[in-house]
Amino acid sequence: MDNEALKQKIAAWEPAAELVEEGSQFLNAIVTPPQLRALAEKLRYDEATRFDYMFCLSGVDFPEHLMVVYHLRSTTHQHEMVLKVKIEDKENPAVDTLCDIWRTAEFHEREVYDLFGIKFHKHPDLRRILLAEDWQGYPLRKDYVDPVNMISY
Amino acid sequence: MEPVTEGTILAQDGDLKTQEYFVNMGPQHPSTHGVLRLVLGLDGEIITKVEPHIGYIHRSIEKMCEHDNYRQIVHLTDRMDYLSAHINNEAVCLAVENALEIEVSDRVKVIRTIFAELTRLASHQLWWGVMGMDLGALTTFLYAFRDREMINDIFEETCGARLTMNYNVPGGLMFDLHPNFQKRVKEFLVHFKSKLPEYDMLLSDNVIFRQRTEGVGVLSKEDAISFGVTGPTARGSGVSCDVRKLHPYSAYDRVEFKEILMADGDSFARYKARILEMWESISIVEQLLDNIPEGDILAPTKAVIKLPKGEFYQRVETARGELGVYVISDGGKSPYRLKFRSPGFSNLFVLEHIAKGAKIADLVAMMSTIDIVVPDIDR
Repeated sequence: MDNEALKQKIAAWEPAAELVEEGSQFLNAIVTPPQLRALAEKLRYDEATRFDYMFCLSGVDFPEHLMVVYHLRSTTHQHEMVLKVKIEDKENPAVDTLCDIWRTAEFHEREVYDLFGIKFHKHPDLRRILLAEDWQGYPLRKDYVDPVNMISY
Repeated sequence: MEPVTEGTILAQDGDLKTQEYFVNMGPQHPSTHGVLRLVLGLDGEIITKVEPHIGYIHRSIEKMCEHDNYRQIVHLTDRMDYLSAHINNEAVCLAVENALEIEVSDRVKVIRTIFAELTRLASHQLWWGVMGMDLGALTTFLYAFRDREMINDIFEETCGARLTMNYNVPGGLMFDLHPNFQKRVKEFLVHFKSKLPEYDMLLSDNVIFRQRTEGVGVLSKEDAISFGVTGPTARGSGVSCDVRKLHPYSAYDRVEFKEILMADGDSFARYKARILEMWESISIVEQLLDNIPEGDILAPTKAVIKLPKGEFYQRVETARGELGVYVISDGGKSPYRLKFRSPGFSNLFVLEHIAKGAKIADLVAMMSTIDIVVPDIDR
């Protein structure tokens, strides 16, 4: 499926999704947290899209919002796209988990929780994964300051 | 979690009482290949739970990248998967070159590919030696290190380093090949082609080894895709995921090689996939070695590299699977955000899925065939 056909599919499923192609080699679909889960299920299980392989899951801290980026690929159709969820609430960021749709998400979501402080609703085991359990703060946030371990520039 | 609990009584029939145990494997354990801690739940010698605890050598390379310039970032990457150091460097260089649309010469592409395949060979050799040792065969370790030493010597002669090579820079290579390079690689190939069948004789055809790996730790194709497993680990389950085939980079579009796919998905299939992959790597090096084109080894780049605003994703096939470099640039000299999608991280977490219900002694074999490098997981 090419990007145009994908765009039509996604627009039919989730008319509010923002579809962007500029500045990236993939088609980007940007949604809000309440829209994420339904669209992800459609992308994964629909015969025409079948995005069965999530090859990257990243968190990003933008000045105005937080974002979780899911890179998806279909091993049957060989097409790729990026699903992004924009989280406006920086104080209590939260989004639904996708770890029952893609099993690999479970551990990547724990990493995003650990480093960005984004909570994933219904995640079976949401704990810090890389840092110690009593670590304070979320290091990959842009406003994070650690006077002991960080070199200031 | 408590490291060792008093345990609950699971079976009360007759006199036999089984307690559920929790045992720490690591962080200091010879077969965890680094500082990895597994908390194992055991019912007798049957595994009921495997919980990997990682992060003992987390250096937050992604945070460091946000302050470093692109030339410096290249040097951080070979501290992740140190056995695929050259390929990791290449990933960042390719990301920068593609973003700036720098055309590197054919000579650079071919040399990078030869180095990448030699790196893969060295990595698989070390894996093979350690795999045998994990299962109690010390000989394999000595054999593998004897052969791997030859590759390290070749690297040392050209770029001065044996492991963390830093041979790639954005735009090309740091310096040209050593005049002895082709001669020594040929010597190595003649030597190793006579030794690789010995690897089969020692382990692949060994009855004890096969009994401990065949039918153990079976991973289905669907689960491998869902868990995001890549590299020889996934190809042992028949998942076609070789980045060199799917998204060819450097000189992989001009060589012929097979993507090794196995059907069984057990420990032995993953083992065999790597052995057969070594033959393919030898073939790739042979195809390119006599046809290294002439050309510049470094395309001109600006002193301070600034990527245009936007997002860039570059993936390469390391010895362990798909390494992704996801760069978000705001136009500055450092990335706004840089994520390394490391193959080891995704591969490790399939362990509980395949080890549940197996015997504790087989866990070591499963871990070996997943081929874990801990700095790659922790980053």
